[in-house]
Amino acid sequence: MAEEIGRGAEAVITRDGDRVTKWRRPKGYRLKPLDDRIRRERTVMESRLISEARRCGVPTPIIFDVDNFSLTMEHIDGIKLKDVIDPALSEKAGELAGRLHACGIVHGDLTTSNMILKDGKIYFIDFGLAFHDHSLEAQGVDVHVFFQTVRSSHDSSEELVDAFLRGYARTYSRAGDVLKRVREIEGRGRYL
Amino acid sequence: MGENLDKREDGRTVVLGLEGTAWNLSSALVDEEDVIAEENATYVPAKGGIHPREAAQHHAEHMAPVVKAVLDAARRDGLAIDAVAFSQGPGLGPCLRTVATAARALSLRFGVPLVGVNHCIAHIEVGKWKTGATDPVVLYVSGGNSQVLALRRGRYRIFGETLDISVGNALDKFARQVGLPHPGGPKLEALAKSAKEYIPLPYVVKGMDLSFSGLSTAAAQAAKKHDLADVCSSFQETAFAMLVEVTERALAHAEKKEVLLVGGVGANSRLREMLNIMCEERGARFYVPEMRFMGDNGSMIAYTGLVMLKAGVTTSLAESRVRPGYRTDEVEVRWR
Repeated sequence: MAEEIGRGAEAVITRDGDRVTKWRRPKGYRLKPLDDRIRRERTVMESRLISEARRCGVPTPIIFDVDNFSLTMEHIDGIKLKDVIDPALSEKAGELAGRLHACGIVHGDLTTSNMILKDGKIYFIDFGLAFHDHSLEAQGVDVHVFFQTVRSSHDSSEELVDAFLRGYARTYSRAGDVLKRVREIEGRGRYL
Repeated sequence: MGENLDKREDGRTVVLGLEGTAWNLSSALVDEEDVIAEENATYVPAKGGIHPREAAQHHAEHMAPVVKAVLDAARRDGLAIDAVAFSQGPGLGPCLRTVATAARALSLRFGVPLVGVNHCIAHIEVGKWKTGATDPVVLYVSGGNSQVLALRRGRYRIFGETLDISVGNALDKFARQVGLPHPGGPKLEALAKSAKEYIPLPYVVKGMDLSFSGLSTAAAQAAKKHDLADVCSSFQETAFAMLVEVTERALAHAEKKEVLLVGGVGANSRLREMLNIMCEERGARFYVPEMRFMGDNGSMIAYTGLVMLKAGVTTSLAESRVRPGYRTDEVEVRWR
């Protein structure tokens, strides 16, 4: 039996054994043709980005099925990075984020809740807000979001931030420029 | 502006507010309870969009009668003015300077403090005052702004905003391109009512941010091939769905239970309907102030000035320089 394991602003996530299904709910405020189009496009785009990220060297769930408004994929049976993060894991997460950005993918919600540790490997999940973008701004926002979650939920956060940056710089040549942009974004005081 | 106004000793606070960031020059007098008087003069260009210098000249020409009307009301009711509030930004530089100059003169004339108000925050504060919303996610949509905001750790934080032009600007641009007279929004809304078909247009939401420039261009292109009513409706449906989506996301993220709609584009009934549906689906409450408090008005500046004054926030002459790029999250909200 499938059981509901998550519900966001956009989708409902259910789990059935080793599979999870993400179903984008219809929105009553959107005209049906527009609503169908957006839900379909996003579902397809999400599955593409998940597979593409894996080809770029970032572990992600395997996609089993894409059907109109829902995406069925492998359930990563691990533990959220949020609950176990240490400098070594943060550095590893930085490496993966660097690979993702070098590939031209922006995750869009790069929090430690969207990173799962399983058998010593970190998986990135939830590409619902991900998109293709090579700009420093988009990459900067990604890194900024990661720093924010780390700073708001972990002690010795600066150690984790520094470790992340070490990993990030190892896999991404523009890391220095992105970091500069992150500082600028922080200065602007934007919430997200 | 002749004789001194008598001081009242009933603990009532009376603030004069001046707004004039763009089209509308407006002065108002408020106290804690309500608006006592408001006077407006709106700049209407001969053709095309707003011209900053001409708008500023308009404001300068109409300043004396607009201010006199509310001073007459104060005199009639025997009210003493406790502070002069003005919109310090964001807005068009020349317009802001005209208003700031008048505000400084009035503050000196009455010997009362000056309060520089952030225009966006004034929209939010008057909305809360007039609807009873307490801690909403705010969708602020107007000719110059498209933002989703909420109060978090003492500041109105921007959760999402446009990456290029505002939704009102996109509406106006499209309306001009298809030959609809100014203001385009109401005309577009009226036309959209007779639409039969949805024409796909670019829907651009990036995380919490929006983009409207591609939409107005694509809609103008579509108008060459399709029925104008259909394009108008499709424009509204697309642009508003983007706004509602980001508002919903902010609601979920900030874990709030209220939505407040402010700004001139909030007059659109389809946008209201869509927000209302979203709120019902999420179990949130939806608030919209009366029409007169939606667009730019002096009362919102006067009221925000009043709450700031009561929290001890005033603006010295040295700090009263206008701020065309004034951001909402630069203001520490000390009155809540």
